[in-house]
Amino acid sequence: MNLAYRDIKHNLLRFVLTNFGLSLLLGIVIMMTGVYGGLIDDALRQARAANADLWVVEAGTNGPFAESSRIPGDTRELVSRVYGVQRAGSVTYQSVQTELNGAPHRLFLIGFEPGRPGGPRQLSAGRDILRGHYEMIVDRSAGLELGQEVMLGTRDHKFSVVGLMRSEVTSSGDPVAYITLRDAQALQFELAPPASRREQARGGSMETNDQINAVIAKVSPYVPVAETAAALSRWKHLTALTQVQQETLLSKFVIEKARKQQLLIMVLLIIVSAVIIALIIYTMTMDKVRSIATLKFVGAPDRTIIGLIVQQSLSLGITGYVAGLALVFIFRPFFPRRLVFDPESVMAVFAITIVVCLAASTLGIRLALKVDPAEALSAAG
Amino acid sequence: MTEPGRQAVVRVEHLSKHFGAGSARVDALIDINMEVPSGQVVGLMGPSGSGKTTLLNCMACILEPSGGRLTLDGEAVYDDHWLKADLRRLRLDKIGFIFQYPNLLPFLDATDNVAVVLHLAGLGAAAAHKHAVELLDYLEVGHRKHAMPAQLSGGEAQRVAIARALANRPRIILADEPTAPLDSARARIVMDLLRRIAIDQSAAIIVVTHDEMILDRFDHIYRLRDGRLETDELSRAPAGVDH
Repeated sequence: MNLAYRDIKHNLLRFVLTNFGLSLLLGIVIMMTGVYGGLIDDALRQARAANADLWVVEAGTNGPFAESSRIPGDTRELVSRVYGVQRAGSVTYQSVQTELNGAPHRLFLIGFEPGRPGGPRQLSAGRDILRGHYEMIVDRSAGLELGQEVMLGTRDHKFSVVGLMRSEVTSSGDPVAYITLRDAQALQFELAPPASRREQARGGSMETNDQINAVIAKVSPYVPVAETAAALSRWKHLTALTQVQQETLLSKFVIEKARKQQLLIMVLLIIVSAVIIALIIYTMTMDKVRSIATLKFVGAPDRTIIGLIVQQSLSLGITGYVAGLALVFIFRPFFPRRLVFDPESVMAVFAITIVVCLAASTLGIRLALKVDPAEALSAAG
Repeated sequence: MTEPGRQAVVRVEHLSKHFGAGSARVDALIDINMEVPSGQVVGLMGPSGSGKTTLLNCMACILEPSGGRLTLDGEAVYDDHWLKADLRRLRLDKIGFIFQYPNLLPFLDATDNVAVVLHLAGLGAAAAHKHAVELLDYLEVGHRKHAMPAQLSGGEAQRVAIARALANRPRIILADEPTAPLDSARARIVMDLLRRIAIDQSAAIIVVTHDEMILDRFDHIYRLRDGRLETDELSRAPAGVDH
């Protein structure tokens, strides 16, 4: 005879309502795991999207994401000639803000050389960039449609959306857009007409500056990456970072404060959940003091009483967790930033919920074990 | 008093119980001696604060006496070697308790309120359920076996509580004011029922009561005053009941 189940069945409405409240709380904990996972995943995707073995950046910098890096446009040709390098491609990175339908719109622009490393990995709709100018492949989260035109740069160049991608965003949540390297350089260095006229008047150099932020290199599978990196680093004006180093820079340092902040919020939420679960279990036990006293009086062992409380606590935690998880997945599409759940973190939150429920039930167990069987003799309650 | 040929199921010898110490010491029970043989219904009466409930708690093994000797169904309780678990087991196996109020578990139906005791004693679910239904039928409340406690009348709930007290066929049944919430007609019915149980199950039944209307239902009446046993008087045998 399962007393915990019978008690829950008897007070089903109260259990459901309590559970709903708890599921919202646990849902927020699970959601924070997703936000945390999303932050790290977005940051890593930025680096992984390039599918690089080596990142060649300005000497002494941790570019192009952690620090700014600027190297000459012909670096790609130098890198291509190094032993072990199979393919190389120049890339630029810049954040832009434009207006679309009267609303500000942020994009993270990646300039790449079509046909070379550094371009988009996989399209979900549309086609690759085929023309030399003013075509764009953008992440779906930007809300742009195929064929839509976007004005970019100080001279309002019209870029046409030709391809769409999924889940390509930066660590700050901005959607990524790919354009050709030439267009990206133009957007980065070209001046607005008045500024250009002033520059011309003072005899300054004009128009596009052939500079890039990094060279992405693919290394032959027959040559150790470290060997190629060492060869590249012999050039005094360049630094070569491996993919692992780049990912470490992004996940550990670039988003470190945001990561720590979210982790702290998660810990606080777990503590709050533990306190609330403990209070719920304590109150549920308080309501059953007379029944517990009667059970003890008729000879129920302590393990029956403990089992009753632990089973109810676990029922509350497990159903609250499942309902919370369901709520998060229902509302997931409405979150402005990606929620990323890996099985390990989902299981970790489940394990934490179980541990919290067990720990919280100790308060109820303490109360139950203190109940004097003689309380069953007191006036009817 | 134990009649010749009848074995004393409950034997209390020089039992005492005090609370506190020094000037704050309160003597709740002083030198209590009594015996209850099988098949008898014994009344324990006295004004409030006389020590009735304290004595009942000592006999129910939930309150340890300060001195004296208590023997329940041949076992000397509270000897040095007795553990809490032993007392719990003794309560489960040998003592049935009927509370002033039925004290049914509100989340179990009538059958399960009885079956829970059998289940605690180790009986399987099906056997416990079958025996519980038989007991409810015996107490003429079988038609309410699926009712939840809140749906039972006072009399029905008290019968279910009695069925629970009888579930493990205890040799000792302790009842704390079992007729207090009932009218006089129902009180007499419950007392007749207890008498029938005492005879059918060879049990010793001790009833704490204030109810002077049911005095004729007892084989013996013990009166307590200020923690002392005042009188040990024989009650009249109830009419029409053979014992």
